[in-house]
Amino acid sequence: MAATDTVSAPQHYLQSLSRWSGGEIAFWLATLMPFFLFPNYLSLASQIAITALFALSLDLILGYAGVVSLGHAAFFGIGAYGAGLFSKFVWGEPLSGLLVGALLAGIAGYATSFIVCRFRHLPLIMLTLGLGLLAFEVANSAHWLTGGSDGLQGIRIWPLFGIFKFDLYGYTAYSYSLAALFLIFLGMRRLVNSPFGLALRGIRENLVRMPAIGAASRAHIRKAYTIAATIAGIAGALLTQTTESAALESISFQRSADVLVMLVLGGAGRIYGGLVGAIIFMIARDQFSGIAPQYWYFWIGILLIAVVMLLPNGILGGLSKILVRWRRK
Amino acid sequence: MTEIALSTRRLDKNFGSLIVARNIELNLPKGARYALIGPNGAGKTTLINLITGMLKPNAGQIFLGDEDVTGLEPQERVRRGLARTFQINTLFPGLNALEAVTLAVCERRNIAGEFWRNIAEHGEAIEEAYGILRKLRLGDSCYQVTRELPYGRQRLLEIALALSTRPKVLLLDEPAAGVPQEESGEVFEAVASLSDDLTLLFIEHDMHVVFRFASHIIVLVGGAIFTEGSPAQIAADPGVREVYLGKRKHG
Repeated sequence: MAATDTVSAPQHYLQSLSRWSGGEIAFWLATLMPFFLFPNYLSLASQIAITALFALSLDLILGYAGVVSLGHAAFFGIGAYGAGLFSKFVWGEPLSGLLVGALLAGIAGYATSFIVCRFRHLPLIMLTLGLGLLAFEVANSAHWLTGGSDGLQGIRIWPLFGIFKFDLYGYTAYSYSLAALFLIFLGMRRLVNSPFGLALRGIRENLVRMPAIGAASRAHIRKAYTIAATIAGIAGALLTQTTESAALESISFQRSADVLVMLVLGGAGRIYGGLVGAIIFMIARDQFSGIAPQYWYFWIGILLIAVVMLLPNGILGGLSKILVRWRRK
Repeated sequence: MTEIALSTRRLDKNFGSLIVARNIELNLPKGARYALIGPNGAGKTTLINLITGMLKPNAGQIFLGDEDVTGLEPQERVRRGLARTFQINTLFPGLNALEAVTLAVCERRNIAGEFWRNIAEHGEAIEEAYGILRKLRLGDSCYQVTRELPYGRQRLLEIALALSTRPKVLLLDEPAAGVPQEESGEVFEAVASLSDDLTLLFIEHDMHVVFRFASHIIVLVGGAIFTEGSPAQIAADPGVREVYLGKRKHG
């Protein structure tokens, strides 16, 4: 590749890092397959897209900035209940509901980011766990508002753009979720290749050095945490709207733990890590729970142990290693 | 009277009953090259940590030029022109040299918070980063991830990162620590080739290097300034010989 006069070699190199690869294009084309090949599984596909979006949001703080969270479902849940309550008390137009869910989760993320940015490692994990449990119990005890363990009743979502109904087949649901995932993914892809994305990687790689190059790390972390919370809120709102229900499960510790598992399986710190992890996790859950509904976590446990022991950078990390070796030959 | 770039007034620091800095008064004129020497545990690195704000003093003040920076956060001091390197490599292991230095340049240019634009669009920042790397002879290895760089090059990257903040005052904590003697010259040649306006304070154990590069030497013992003066004065001081040079202790 020849460098032109205006673009120097280092600039060219940095540009090349963010170029679309054939694998990426193939990946996104493959996300359209369920429409043609598995029309009976569109509801599942929609849930996978939503979960992938949620995992993508965790990847931003965990994978890129090294901010571990065990309470990320709090923002998913706030988005889910926010969108549900909005449809119940205001109106059922989905796009505005999505915006409300995003906004509420973003505000909650911004507020808690001031605490979160001060801690690292185990204290941070415990802190986010505590915040997550807090959010769960608030939703649980506010029975009058959320319906508590019965779930939120009375959610009615209008057709998308006034035309496409959210029906049982999940055609609209998957189209809607996939479009949201893809658009947010584009934004995220831009972010990780931006100066801010580089700063987040700097925080992950060495927090001590950051102030010595004049960086206000806490401000960076707050910003990333707010963005991640907003995206998690959008994911939650999507789930509410596509299933026309909001339950405590959406804000539970289980969901926080699951999304962490997905990210570790797929490969944290890679933009496709959360997506691949979510696909594997959700399909495994669907298949294994068909065999033995109560014990399917057994298989997830084995998968998790195997990946952590054999592929420290997740399945994508392992794949890219193989690819690099294969190319060198 | 020459302009003072960095000064401290009656700086004190203790960890419980252990006194690590006692009544330290420094005055570094602009463009000066000061060496800070002293036996192990004399408080040399502690003094750098105090000046840069990584430690808070119990008493005393630190001035950068005329400005009192004692209450400022480390990154705010960096933004005012006070940079440092670390005795033990404190780099970004998973970034390559180009990314690391570009990050530092972006932070200085206040564009590191920009998340909507690809970094490759900031051609000027990238060029500046590459220029710094080339000046330190890191141009060829700038695409190699930091953790795979040879140790000597990592030491140079330490300096490159500090330089990309465009410092007025640069504090070097044993810049050639751990580098084989035949290569340590390379590190100091790089240091010597820095701009004459840059004020330098460096910690170094190798007396040949100290006498060759320093215009002024401060001897620190037990957290206090034992003596200071020109290299010739220090070399002739029998007290210095006794506490430091005579022992030939390294570390």
